[in-house]
Amino acid sequence: MSGLNLSHVTKQFGNFTAVNDVSLSVPDGTFVCLLGPSGCGKTTLMRMIAGLDLPTNGSIELGGADITAVPTHKRDLGMVFQSLALFPHLTVGENIAYSLRIRGTPKDVQKKRVDELLAMIHLPGFADRSVAKLSGGQRQRVAIARALAISPKLFLLDEPLSALDAKLREAMQVELRQLQQRLGITTIVVTHDQREAMTMADTVVVMNGGEIRQAAAPVDIYRRPADSFVADFIGQTNLLPVAADSTGRASVLGEVIEGITLPAGAAKGMLSVRPEDVQLTAPGHGAIAGTVTFIRDLGGAIETFVEAGSTQVIAVSSPRNRPDVSVGQSVGIRLDPATSVVLAR
Amino acid sequence: MRREPPQRLADYGPLFFPAGMLTVFFVVPFATMIAVSFFQREQGGFYTPAFVFDNYARFLSMFFGKVLGFSLFLAVAVAITCVVIGIPFTYLLSRSARKIQVVWLVALLSILSLSEVMIGFAWSTLFSRTAGVTNLFVWLGLMAQPQALTPSFGAVMTAMTYQAFPYTVLVLYPALVRLDPTLTEAARTLGASPVKAFFTVVVPALRNTILATLIMVFIFALGSYLLPQLLGRPQHWTLSVLITDQAIYQSNMPFAAAMAVFLVLVSLALVGLALYAGQQRQAK
Repeated sequence: MSGLNLSHVTKQFGNFTAVNDVSLSVPDGTFVCLLGPSGCGKTTLMRMIAGLDLPTNGSIELGGADITAVPTHKRDLGMVFQSLALFPHLTVGENIAYSLRIRGTPKDVQKKRVDELLAMIHLPGFADRSVAKLSGGQRQRVAIARALAISPKLFLLDEPLSALDAKLREAMQVELRQLQQRLGITTIVVTHDQREAMTMADTVVVMNGGEIRQAAAPVDIYRRPADSFVADFIGQTNLLPVAADSTGRASVLGEVIEGITLPAGAAKGMLSVRPEDVQLTAPGHGAIAGTVTFIRDLGGAIETFVEAGSTQVIAVSSPRNRPDVSVGQSVGIRLDPATSVVLAR
Repeated sequence: MRREPPQRLADYGPLFFPAGMLTVFFVVPFATMIAVSFFQREQGGFYTPAFVFDNYARFLSMFFGKVLGFSLFLAVAVAITCVVIGIPFTYLLSRSARKIQVVWLVALLSILSLSEVMIGFAWSTLFSRTAGVTNLFVWLGLMAQPQALTPSFGAVMTAMTYQAFPYTVLVLYPALVRLDPTLTEAARTLGASPVKAFFTVVVPALRNTILATLIMVFIFALGSYLLPQLLGRPQHWTLSVLITDQAIYQSNMPFAAAMAVFLVLVSLALVGLALYAGQQRQAK
């Protein structure tokens, strides 16, 4: 089987389990984001794929070959580090040519490839510059070009854009995605920024506590989160307790909502409703009763904080559908079963 | 943070103490030495103020030239040996666990508390025929019978390297600790074996530190005069040995001063040359 395959990969540091029994299949040419809070094991997982750490258990396959014990320098991969790790004693061109030089590629071939890569990252003519004199974005591009110099089988990036300012980061996300699609290279990015993951990835792998919580397309992750952690971590969500009565009817915050069913046998659960799916109406008529506690007008969106019972519900609306409410007013909350997700945990 | 330039005389106050110390303990003795190097030597260990070049002229003989050449060679050899052993050692040390680092650093620092005399006699015992390490080799079956390893050039080199090694590590250590460990990891992902990564990334990235260490150990080794006497043959004696001999045993202060001044000038010239070469390479 081609592509990258992780099966039952576990990494322990002493008593601490950084990565716990992770299995993941990455088909050739796909863009995967490992997403999670710090300490969730995503970087450790990437380091094992790179060979910088060895798994305690499990195996890693690349292109059908078992590479679990293959040393890093024989894996033919390209990696961009969080610190970028550009070699300070080498020029831009020498940095990019490093992997070719190590492999004994002839000088003229090296030069041609460097020029090609510099054109690709929109920095033509930068070969003789010192890396110390580049801006953050330029250093970023050089690190990417250096990792791609040998046309690796696998392109790994560890928090590659975290050092850039917000605007540049957004631009680089798009650029990185376009580059990946043009080259068709299997790419894995580690990030804690869900926006970044949603922008770039074919598949988002949400991790927490060393385990994969969900691996799916960005839209599915957002629309159909597998558990409350994923629902809460990806974007903003309202997590509301759901309880079922003896007849199986589910009620949320005291109101029975038609169309929502709990898994068979479960009496309790959590309902994830995205703020943009929360509708504010007049109280009564089967709507959940609540009181407006705060309104945040962000210009592009209006967030209305409603307290229902002891639970806070956030509704987001666009300026066109500005809700006609004020702080202290009693309102009704309506949930659409089609856009609400029942979570077991 | 930008600081105000000193405005009044009192603002220079903090400089007075170090300047005074430097003057009293360095400038005055060194100036005295330069002056004495031009004095006229009298029979019986005295000298009278004069301005003669006799002392320097005497120095320009083949014998002293050879000794100077050997001194420089020995100092360079010790410096290179220390750095060649010191870089991989300090690199591995800086990458090891904190506890191991502390133990090693304490051990190395304790070498600094040993005087040159103790180091010299310890090594002369270790290299002796009767009680030296060769007895251990015989016991292990590596040698037929114990032999004396001193006096010899190797013994001098070993002891001087041993003495200078802690300084080498202490100068290299901060630079290696600060060196981004992802640099070598990056090199490995780019296809360099750990050894290749070390030579293509760690060593070049530390070029200036390495140069500074070489210069420091070189100067340190140049001043050594006890170890060559204790562990070497007369042909392994350095200029410092001859200076001591002239100053203390021959009571020829002007000549000793002239040799000392010359040694300082030559080492300054060599250090300048090394720095110049380093800058040239950096500018390239």
